[in-house]
Amino acid sequence: MSRKSFTGMLAITAASATALAACGQAGQSDGGGDGDGGTTELTMWTHSAGNPAELAIYEQIIGDYNESQDRYEVVVESFPQGAYNDAVVAGAAAGDLPCLLDMDGPIVPNWAWAGYIQPLDLDPAITDALLPTAVGEYQDEVYSAGYWDAALSVFARGSVLEENGIRVPTVEEPWTREEFDAALTTLQGAGYATPLDIGAEDAGEWWSYAYSPMLQSAGGDLIDRESMLTAEGALNGPEAVEFFEWFQGLFERGLASNAGTIGNEEFNNDEVALSYTGVWNALDSLETVGEDLLILPPPDLGEGPKIGGASWQWGISAECEASEGAREYLEFSFDPQYIAAFADGQVVIPATAEAEELSEMFGEGDPLQPFVELSQQLALERPPTPAYPIISSVFERAGKDIMNGADVQETLDQAVQEIDTNIESNDGYGF
Amino acid sequence: MTLPAQQITPHALPDEAVTQALTGRNRRRARAARQGHRSAYWMVAPATLLLLLFLVVPVLLAFGLSFTNARLISPNPPRFVGGDNFVRAFTQDPTFLRSLVNTFIFAVVVVPVQSALALGMAVLVNRKLRGVTLFRIIYFIPVVTSIVVISVLWEFMYQRDGLINALLSRVSGGALEGADWLNDTRTALGAIIVLSIWQAVGFHMIIWLSGLQTIPEELYEAARMDGANGWQQFRSVTWPGLRSTMVFILVTITIQALGLFAQIDVMTQGGPLDTTTTLVYHAVQQGYRRQETGYGAAISLIFFVIVLVIALVQRWLTREKD
Repeated sequence: MSRKSFTGMLAITAASATALAACGQAGQSDGGGDGDGGTTELTMWTHSAGNPAELAIYEQIIGDYNESQDRYEVVVESFPQGAYNDAVVAGAAAGDLPCLLDMDGPIVPNWAWAGYIQPLDLDPAITDALLPTAVGEYQDEVYSAGYWDAALSVFARGSVLEENGIRVPTVEEPWTREEFDAALTTLQGAGYATPLDIGAEDAGEWWSYAYSPMLQSAGGDLIDRESMLTAEGALNGPEAVEFFEWFQGLFERGLASNAGTIGNEEFNNDEVALSYTGVWNALDSLETVGEDLLILPPPDLGEGPKIGGASWQWGISAECEASEGAREYLEFSFDPQYIAAFADGQVVIPATAEAEELSEMFGEGDPLQPFVELSQQLALERPPTPAYPIISSVFERAGKDIMNGADVQETLDQAVQEIDTNIESNDGYGF
Repeated sequence: MTLPAQQITPHALPDEAVTQALTGRNRRRARAARQGHRSAYWMVAPATLLLLLFLVVPVLLAFGLSFTNARLISPNPPRFVGGDNFVRAFTQDPTFLRSLVNTFIFAVVVVPVQSALALGMAVLVNRKLRGVTLFRIIYFIPVVTSIVVISVLWEFMYQRDGLINALLSRVSGGALEGADWLNDTRTALGAIIVLSIWQAVGFHMIIWLSGLQTIPEELYEAARMDGANGWQQFRSVTWPGLRSTMVFILVTITIQALGLFAQIDVMTQGGPLDTTTTLVYHAVQQGYRRQETGYGAAISLIFFVIVLVIALVQRWLTREKD
């Protein structure tokens, strides 16, 4: 906070009186720049309110950038994550979007299609060096880029696997579905009432992020990625039905449950043996479990193990008048130092190899290095179509119904119909 | 000098005769009435303006939108699609039909139970005892608490290992095994009904109470002189005296019950298996989260018509029959 106000004061003293007046209304003007050599204001929205670690790094970057030159001044406004997308949609409807905004990877195509954001046009040297899942594309055009990616894995205690004679899987040789099933049954017999925590008590985007890669691993998908026009056969084909019957069985057999707390508490308290969860929970588990912690790939359900890719990324709004400045700021911000700071502060995977080495957790031999491998080898982006928000909402509903015992084929057919109706009423979303 | 047309009665005399017939006093009264009208218009203006802005205009907009394929986010302009949205709701959307059924179940249970319970409570706290105000406050606290906060609290209580199940097993010595209230298709809607009644009953208790306090004490005295016992007093004095209150409560509880949304949004998101989805929740889900504004508007319009019809029927059934 103090750093921000200090740099803010520096900037203000350097700025003209007009810029000063504009300061009070971040998000109002996208700064038409003014004649008397003043600075142009670059407005910026983030979803990071309530995440002090992340905000502090943004404030550092913005402070550094504002001091490094005097043509632009970035002014940031942060929103709580829960209300962020609504704020953007409302802002777009009112023609009041900021110049720079961050967004969750899978929603990028929807906003690009709607004309909220413009092609990114950063120096290709920057975007080419990023993890593929840290770059958001729609119709072969780059619209967004992020400093990090997240990854999911199965947490386990080495000692527990050893005691129960369960093989430790690797990315090359993951558990097969049969092995995974057998392991769960063994662990249930060993006294874990519910051996696996997959976070089913959570709601929202988590369902698509966590379970659609499992569906893909089994040979199904959220949508036919060839045409992007129908979910028929992908979401309700025999592979998908088989997967969801197994998924339903996990709950029926008591191997997993939707009770409990969101997060990784059950694993840390040794109430569950295996936890399917994200890199962001790894530090706590490292502290409680220590050397015994294993970070394992998810099981191979037929087509090889898969995890979800794409986290929050940055883009430039279509109505930004100072897009040159916005690009300049973004290029400035992709400095490996900053990326490494995000990685360590947020416990997320740095998006470049350089930053990986700089980071204290994700470099060669660092404790969280396995996540980098998982992300690079197994990550699959959610379908890059404007229909994604609807697909995700339908998928969550169907998944929960199946978990609660609904007929699998019927539920999936209904889901496919809902998705297809929506795609049709939107004239195919430009595909 | 002629008078404005509205001052002339239907079987009026010719102009001059009227003018002569009107004495000065009458003319003054007419002018005063006109001025009274004018200030009355000024007094209702703010409310009318707000109602227009936030009720009439949105209803008209929803009406217009419901015949288009308008989307929340789309580069393409909306198209007129006729009655497609309404056909889709009744033929291709099982969730909509479930919402319709659930909304009615909720209302059919909540309206009688909540109004009866509120009346019982009102009669209980309508005593001249010390400390009765404290009870009124206690019953009223849930009403002024945010429904979202209450929903979150009850969600914790309803968990498999939550307060309610812990109580059940403690009281029964472990014999009673509580359900997973919100995740069980048989109990989810019931669980929501219980918490909704608990939250809103205090408000209607206060309304009943104000009705009770308008009944003159002399009537009770007269009834007691005639040897009426407690129940007879209630039947012949209290209940008739609460008539207009009853009509008000019936209509407001019905409208509130039909508009069930926040509890669902916070606690169950319409699940498990659509057992708790409601019309308003479904409209928000479709119109906003699935970005189909036109379809959401159509569902809202259906909801609006249903509520209007029910409210009118209730008004007609409870009209003064004299």
